[in-house]
Amino acid sequence: MITVLFFAKYREQLGLGRLPYDLVSTITVSDLKMELAKKGDQWSAVLNADNTICAVNQVIASDEDMISDGDEVAFYPPVTGG
Amino acid sequence: MQYRVQVQETDFDVGKEYQALLSSHRCGAVAQFVGVMRDYNDGDDVLAMELEHYPGMTERSIEAIIERATLRWSLLSVAVIHRVGPLLPGENIVFVGVSAMHRHAAFAACEFIMDFLKSEAPFWKKERRKDGSDYWVDARDSDTAALARWAE
Repeated sequence: MITVLFFAKYREQLGLGRLPYDLVSTITVSDLKMELAKKGDQWSAVLNADNTICAVNQVIASDEDMISDGDEVAFYPPVTGG
Repeated sequence: MQYRVQVQETDFDVGKEYQALLSSHRCGAVAQFVGVMRDYNDGDDVLAMELEHYPGMTERSIEAIIERATLRWSLLSVAVIHRVGPLLPGENIVFVGVSAMHRHAAFAACEFIMDFLKSEAPFWKKERRKDGSDYWVDARDSDTAALARWAE
């Protein structure tokens, strides 16, 4: 089981901020995006947006990075603090 | 070097933060930056704002930025405070304070930390506009461009 988090605009678009997700085996960020994108048009729009940022265990990750059981994976839009 | 990172709903007191940065008598320079909420953005009147963040990662990413600053400049003390939750125009949003032996390090590190905070720390602003609509603020290309001058 991993925890997938969505923030800000994405959280609102998907209507959810936290998704427990069963992981069958270790996969890449790219694989997870493809799996979640199957959930619908909004999901695909969020996960396939060019500027979507992914963090694994609170560290910025790239599409090739691996996700293992117990990880926390977040997807969020470009940041606007400060 | 000592540092403090705080994410909080409440306001901060710049005077108290200044005193806290004067941690040692070796200190010869204090630079402080305060980001304040405007009532105007991208041509629209803004009535209020809501700031969201990613608890845990926010603090980690700011600590990593401070760590990078300490590798470049000799610093005595750093404090970063960022507010979240509801905010009104004129209210403080963010504080970056740096103390050092000399002014160049204090000025430069303060600006460096602020520049990287703006493009890396996971905060998001949602504005309530005068016409009643809510709007997630878009990231600015100019904030990304601001990082170029720190390239080594």
